[in-house]
Amino acid sequence: MNFVLVCLAGGLGAAARFVTDGVIRARRRTAFPWATFAVNVAGSFLIGIFMGIVLFHDGADAWHLYAATGFCGGFTTFSTAMVETVRLVQSDRAPLAVANAVGTLVAAVAAAAVGLAIVGAL
Amino acid sequence: MSTASSPRPPYATGSLIALVALGGAVGTAGRYGLALALPVVGGWPIATLTANLLGAFLLGLLTEALVRRGPETTGLRRLRLGLGTGVLGGFTTFSSLAFEIERLVSGGTAGVATAYAAVTLLGGFLACFAGIWWAARRQAAA
Repeated sequence: MNFVLVCLAGGLGAAARFVTDGVIRARRRTAFPWATFAVNVAGSFLIGIFMGIVLFHDGADAWHLYAATGFCGGFTTFSTAMVETVRLVQSDRAPLAVANAVGTLVAAVAAAAVGLAIVGAL
Repeated sequence: MSTASSPRPPYATGSLIALVALGGAVGTAGRYGLALALPVVGGWPIATLTANLLGAFLLGLLTEALVRRGPETTGLRRLRLGLGTGVLGGFTTFSSLAFEIERLVSGGTAGVATAYAAVTLLGGFLACFAGIWWAARRQAAA
């Protein structure tokens, strides 16, 4: 039963990513893939919040599965970030490619840390 | 049913959003299945690493194969959104990666965190590049 609910939450996350990505992309047409960046950083902030509830407030383990593994996992994407990074290299924008790969990772880790810290301080 | 000629953009088309959700659920099943099957070894989240590298390779392959088929038809768009945005987008994850690195750093194992981050980014890039290269070569040979 848990397995099915995790998958449903992942489907919901993927749909939310598709819509969010489309809305941002329609408004910001830049070489830097801001839409994927925003989705990945926002999802990492959310996983920090959800996992903070599990770690610091004895949240039920279901939170871990549905919200973090399910929704946040489906909402964020590593594969698209990599395709966009390779495309930047292929269009002779190597510095932007490095900025995208490293920048997304650093921002995402920081966002997760901030989410955890917020919940930890409550 | 909306078609390719629909005035609505794909991200505002109900049937395509549902298709991405379905694909995302399938991809999540694969990722969660890996998480249940593969243990953490020496602090390394092998399951997330496996999903991300494999997913980066497959999305590179799919994306390049579709680009090389020329203008996008309604069917090809469904394939790209269902398999690419849905299944492979849901199969890979950035949030777990970020959370795992944060835990490794705050757990006092910054060395493992740095190595895990470097292997994921470099490996992901190379895997994705290999997928693109392979699709291009197959298409050129066909």
